[in-house]
Order: sequence, then structure tokens, then C-alpha cells
Amino acid sequence: MKHIIFLIAAIFMANSTIAQTIEVCKTCPNSTLKKGIANAKSFDTIVVKNGTYKEHNVIVDKPLTIIGKNYPVIDGELKGEIITIISDSVTVDGLFIKNVGNSYTEDYAAIRVKNSKHFLIQNLVLEKLFFGIYIEKSRYGKIFHNKIVGEAVEEYNSGNGIQLWYSKNVEIEHNFVQHVRDGIYLEFSDFCTIKNNESTLNVRYGLHFMFSNDDTYQDNTFENNGAGVAVMFSKRIKMFNNTFKENWGTASYGLLLKEINDAEIEGNTFEDNTIGINVEGSNRISYKHNTFKENGWAVKVKGACYTNIFTENNFLYNSFDIAYNSKVNDNAFDRNYWSNYTGYDLDKNGIGDVPYRPVKLFSYIVNRTPETIILLRSMFIDIIDFSEKVSPVFTPDDLLDNNPQIKKLTW
Amino acid sequence: MRLRLYYPITMLKILKYSFYDLMRSRWSYVYFAFYLLLGVVLLFLNNDLSKAVITLMNVIIVLVPLIGTIFGVMYYYNSQEFTELLLAQPVKRSSIFLGQYLGVALSLSMSLILGLGIPFVFYGLFESSAIWDFSLLLVTGTFLTLIFTALAFNIALTNENKIKGFGYAILLWLFLAVIYDGLFLMTLILFEDYPLDKLSLIGTMLNPIDLSRTLILLKLDISALLGYTGAVFKQFFGTSFGFIISFIMLTIWVVMPVLRIVFKSKKKDF
Repeated sequence: MKHIIFLIAAIFMANSTIAQTIEVCKTCPNSTLKKGIANAKSFDTIVVKNGTYKEHNVIVDKPLTIIGKNYPVIDGELKGEIITIISDSVTVDGLFIKNVGNSYTEDYAAIRVKNSKHFLIQNLVLEKLFFGIYIEKSRYGKIFHNKIVGEAVEEYNSGNGIQLWYSKNVEIEHNFVQHVRDGIYLEFSDFCTIKNNESTLNVRYGLHFMFSNDDTYQDNTFENNGAGVAVMFSKRIKMFNNTFKENWGTASYGLLLKEINDAEIEGNTFEDNTIGINVEGSNRISYKHNTFKENGWAVKVKGACYTNIFTENNFLYNSFDIAYNSKVNDNAFDRNYWSNYTGYDLDKNGIGDVPYRPVKLFSYIVNRTPETIILLRSMFIDIIDFSEKVSPVFTPDDLLDNNPQIKKLTW
Repeated sequence: MRLRLYYPITMLKILKYSFYDLMRSRWSYVYFAFYLLLGVVLLFLNNDLSKAVITLMNVIIVLVPLIGTIFGVMYYYNSQEFTELLLAQPVKRSSIFLGQYLGVALSLSMSLILGLGIPFVFYGLFESSAIWDFSLLLVTGTFLTLIFTALAFNIALTNENKIKGFGYAILLWLFLAVIYDGLFLMTLILFEDYPLDKLSLIGTMLNPIDLSRTLILLKLDISALLGYTGAVFKQFFGTSFGFIISFIMLTIWVVMPVLRIVFKSKKKDF
């Protein structure tokens, strides 16, 4: 009993001495964030009051909780990096950070986390930035509900909204990223979850993976980016229930897969993209329950793609359903709904009696001479497509869906 | 009686006559019924306005020119005796032929617009997003009717022989609807080493069927069209420039054959 009372008293005293709340405001003793951090002890909470603080190179070197009241403005005056976190267990919440310095030699970020664990970055608003949130060699963190609006025009002089580099187990949720180079960029980052984000109007990609494995992204929206999502040189990526929309242009895709193995792509919607999914050198990928609607090309397969399996997807009113550039096929299509299917179902089991050939001869011609796209939907093209359908010469003859659905699939 | 004889017979009067004559004829109803049926069946089978619009586009681009040419030639030959009677009256020649031409073209356009319009309106076109695609379809259909009826009148005016006239009319349709695209495709593939975007756009302009097809592609397949890298393409398809040029070209395609009708009818011996 004595021991317990002593313990409780000890904890109480420890709390009162360690976890203090420090206020930062224009008229306080701590008139800048830098001073506040310098005067704080580990595990203190710093409350930043409303106002404009002209600061850059703020280094957070102890476990602190920094909370902004009514969105105080941290203005970097274009001088360089603004906040750098080099300690574990840091929380940054509710700041308005703007005017990050631009550089061609260094990646200045609005907020950078370096070699840290258990960080939480939430409710920030970032504007006029170079890089937004930069996570470097850090683990077990969360980036939640931030709004990042850049002014990127060209790729070479702009940075990414949220960038992960050699980081693991990071959760990125409910963020809103606009007008930067890559909305969210992961390089050498494994076991991350990217959920419910909205990445739009970015110069390059909405979301970009490089050499990152075992990541999941789901329920995100990628709209009107240079290209929606690029997944490159990565393994075991899960892509669920995302929306890829209106990624228009000559090298524009909803989703780009390059050297990807063992991925799962399920329940996504691809709408109004020039190319829905562009697949290059990717193997053992399962495509299930996706909807491809009104894309130029729903899926474009370029060389060296083996064991990609398309089951129960909806292909609705795309100019081309599938395009191949070779005669070899090792991919399977089964039980999909194709709006371009013209067969019949005499035994009424909901499956068409004639197999569907998703690759048209015309897509080969367009591949060879791109200008011929202008003859799309011409009667002559319909005739040659029909003759190719009857006796395939140029298209892989084993590329067909043996069980095309008669009715649009719903899940 | 004498007064009435001097009452000028204008183009409008002939147009009215031709129009009512056609309205009473069986063929207009067949044509109207065909489009009505097509619209109803398409909507019944598809349950989806935007897909029905795509299917309709294929039909309109091929069938409207065919019906326009055949009907135009047929009407001209059938009313040849009446035309000769009119020619004996103090009527300007251009009024006679233009009146007849407009009578045919307008009644055909009306069948098209009403035949397709009625089922789509009943299906809830006005609440649908497909309304612009659909109106574009009807506008192009009307343009194609005007163009191909005029071309048909040209053929009929130059050929006294009915069989020859019909033959040329069908050949013209076959050429513009199918063969032209085949030759066009061959040319593009043959010269694929050269920059072709200008050539392909010019090639499209020279054929009214291709022109209307492109106009509809601009609406339906814009995402695929933007996949091509050419700057000229991009300017043409990416802005309203393509739309405006296409419409100007379609108008030229109507005006040219009509001018030839006027010119030819003035010189022709009957």
C-alpha cells in the first residue's frame, strides 16, 4: 500500500515537472517558435497562438507536441527549409506554413522528419511550397488531414507534396494535395498505407511509387494529373477502391505499372483517361472488380507481361478495350463484362455463348501509325476489325474472354 | 383566270409543293417509322442513353447519306414530267430545282429529327447528360441529308439515264462511306515515315462522312484522340478550333453542290 501511494505520488510529481504547456505568441516571452522549442523540455506541449511568425530552419530536437491555435502562419520568406524534426515522438498540428525556399541543389521542405519514429503530422495547411512534407529514414508515423496546395508549372523546378524516402510503416490519410509535381511520392518505402487522399491537378503523378514494396493504397481519388498513379519497380502493392479520372494527354495514364510483380488491383474506377492502365513488364497481377469507363484505351499492355489475370471487371464504352503490341499472350481474361460484346446468350445462363476478343486489329494499326486514330469508328475499320475477329491473323488468337458476361457486373 | 397565270410561282411555292407531296408519300412515312423503330429498339435494348448515342452515330453516318442519295435521285426522276411542265411556265429554273431539292432535303431531315427525337425525349433526354451528344448527332444528320441530297440532284441532273444515275449514286455513297477510308488508311500507312497530322486532317475534311464522324468523335472519344502526340492534332482536337472548322467545312459541303445545281440547271437542255 505504501508503495502504491508512493508510486502515484511519484507519477504525479513527474507529470507536473515534465509535461508543461508552453505558449508562443507575439507578446509572450516566447515570441517565436524557435524560442519556444529552446525553452521547452521533452514531452512538453507548445501552443502557438494566432499570428504570423517569420521563421525558417526551425529544428525540433526533442519529443514535443506543437499545436497551432486558429492556424498561426509560419512564413519561411522563401529562405529555405521551415521545420525539421530530428527527434522521436513529435506531433505537429494545425499550422499554416508557407513560402518554402526554392533550390536546385537541396530539397527544401515545409516540414521534414529525419531519422525519427512515432511522428504525427496533422491538420496542416501548406502553401507556396517546394517540397511539402518530407519523411526521411523514419518509421511508424502518421500524416493525417493536411492540405497542400502548390503552384507547380514545370517538373524540373518543383517539388512533391508528400515524399517518403527510406521510410517504413507510415500512414498517409485524408490529405488533399494539389498543384505540385508528385502529389505523394514513395521511394524505398515499405509497409505504408495511403488512404482516403485526394490528389489532383498535379504536374506529374498523383501518386508515385519507386522501389517500394508491400504498400497499400485505397479509397483515394486521382483526378486531372499529368498521370494518375505511377507504380514502378515495386512488389506486392495493393490498390483498392481508388478513383482515377480525367488524366488526359499524350503520355497520360490513369495508372502506370512498370516492372511490378504480384500486385492486387481491386475495385478501382478508371474514367475518362487517355489510357486507363498502362502495363509494362509486370507479372502476376490480379485485376478484379474494376470499372473502366469511357477511356481511350482501357488497358494497354506493352511487352513482357506474364500471368496478369483480369476477372469480373466492367469495360464500358472505351474507344479500345485492350491494346497489345505483340502476338504473344500469357494473360487471362475471364468473366468480364464488355459493353462492346455483340454475342448472344441462348442458354440464358448470363454468360455469352461466343467468346469475346478484346483486342481489335485497329489498335495494332494505331500503334504502328498513330495518325490513323482519325479513322476511329469508320465503317471501313469496322469491316477489317470484323474480318480479324473471324480469323485472327495479327492479334494473339488465344487472347479471348471465354465467359463474357451479358449484364453489367455489380458487386 | 388570267390573273392567276401571272401570279409568280416562287421557289417557296415549289418547295411547299414538293414538301407536301412528299409528306403525303409512303416513303416519308417508311423513313420516319424506321427511325422511330430504331430509336425505340435501341433504348429498349440498351437502357443507357450514352451507349444508344454511340450506336446511333454508327447508323446515322452510314445510313443517312445512303437514304439521302437514293431518295434524292429517285425523287428527281419521278418528278421529271412535272418538272418539264413547270419549265413551260414563267418560272426561274433555279427556283424549280432549288425548291424541289429543299423539299426533299427538309422532309428527310424532319423524318430523321422527329423519328429519333420522339423516343429519346420520352426516355428522358432532357434530364440526361447525353442531350448535347444527341443534338450534335441530329445536327450532323441534318447536314449529311442536305449534302447527300444535293449530290444526288447533281448526279440526276447530269444523267438522263435512270439506271446510270442510280448506279452513280450508289457508287458515290460506297466510295465516300467505305472505299475512301480504305484508301486513306493505305496512304497513311504507306507514308508513315513522314509527318502526317496535317495530311490526315485534310483527308478528313475532303469527305463529308469522315467530317461528321470526326465531329462526333470530338465528343465521344476525345480521350483517345488526345493520345496522339502531334501538335496540329492537339490544337485541332484540344480546342474548339476543330469544332468550328468542321462546321465551316460542312457548310461548304452543302453550298458547293447546291451552287452546281443552280449552274447546271440553267444550262441544261430539256
